[in-house]
Amino acid sequence: MSVFPYLVAGWILLAGLYGLVTSRNLVQAVGCLAVAQSSTYVLLLAVGYRSGATAPVFSDLPTDAPVVDPVVQALVLTDIVVGATVTALLLSLVIQLRKRHGTVDPEELTGLRG
Amino acid sequence: MSRTARLRLFLAAAAVLAAALITAATELPGFGGHHHPYGERAVAAGLARQTANIISSVNFDQRAFDTLGEESILFGSVLGAAILLRLARDEGKRRAAAEPVLPTTRLFGATLLPVTLLVGGYLVAHGQLSPGGGFQGGVALATALHLAYVAADYRVLKRIRPLAALDVADALAAGTYAALGLIGLAQGAGYLANTLPLGTFNQMSSSGLVAVINAAVGVEVASGVVVLLAHFLDQAVEIVHNGENR
Repeated sequence: MSVFPYLVAGWILLAGLYGLVTSRNLVQAVGCLAVAQSSTYVLLLAVGYRSGATAPVFSDLPTDAPVVDPVVQALVLTDIVVGATVTALLLSLVIQLRKRHGTVDPEELTGLRG
Repeated sequence: MSRTARLRLFLAAAAVLAAALITAATELPGFGGHHHPYGERAVAAGLARQTANIISSVNFDQRAFDTLGEESILFGSVLGAAILLRLARDEGKRRAAAEPVLPTTRLFGATLLPVTLLVGGYLVAHGQLSPGGGFQGGVALATALHLAYVAADYRVLKRIRPLAALDVADALAAGTYAALGLIGLAQGAGYLANTLPLGTFNQMSSSGLVAVINAAVGVEVASGVVVLLAHFLDQAVEIVHNGENR
């Protein structure tokens, strides 16, 4: 089952997208977007995994020890930071919507208002 | 579009996407395999620059220019949220109420706040050596301040949170990262090239530019998270719509 972790990532992506499509609350929709995004963490870490290897930090390791791929780990790190701040930006947009339109249900946001 | 039509459209698209993902997954190198050409080269390059934490080496040295872009997204998001959540014309501020707190909770907060601050500072300072770095340590530092809100109330948090200074620190740290790249240019290498003295492997002063950028990112993430949470907490605790009694 060496493809199983990749399929888990795909499943998380689809679960998040399903939530985005069916959500009736924008706060929940932002949460679903975060779920969909977290599939990229699983995918990247699965791609970089090497069996029997350890973290790519050599402060207490011999320099020839087998380690997992540090490139994807670095990508996941920045991915998480950017994801968290963009989630914060989206949530502040939701707060503004609630103030100006009195609702957070995307179905009720139909007309454009100046 | 009706809800059922939208769901049907999604399920059809999801089926196609799922099929494509499964096909792609079967073509990927097997999970846990030993062939990681980029990883091996990144490890060799990191060790050659006396950096024990290869992830920091990748982020702040080998692809420092990409991280500058990601760090600008962070800065832009904080700026955008601050603008969106500013006090509107039809809103006013009220004073946050003092909350009753259990003495044991207060003791917990008073004990753990300095410990968490220390851990955050350690994570930032040792980013080039051990797991951690500017991003993780910055979040730990910001969390430490908010223990005051968890273990006491919003008034205490406001008293220990130098918000005006952190606003400036966020912008300064973001600018510092961009300015640090000029060192490489001045020495005739590329922008953000690691041209500082590399030091001894596994010592605090190793890894050249990585440690310096780590510190700048630590300051930016810590102040950015505090500023972001300050705006959200203001919305929840202090800001009221005029004519509304809550």
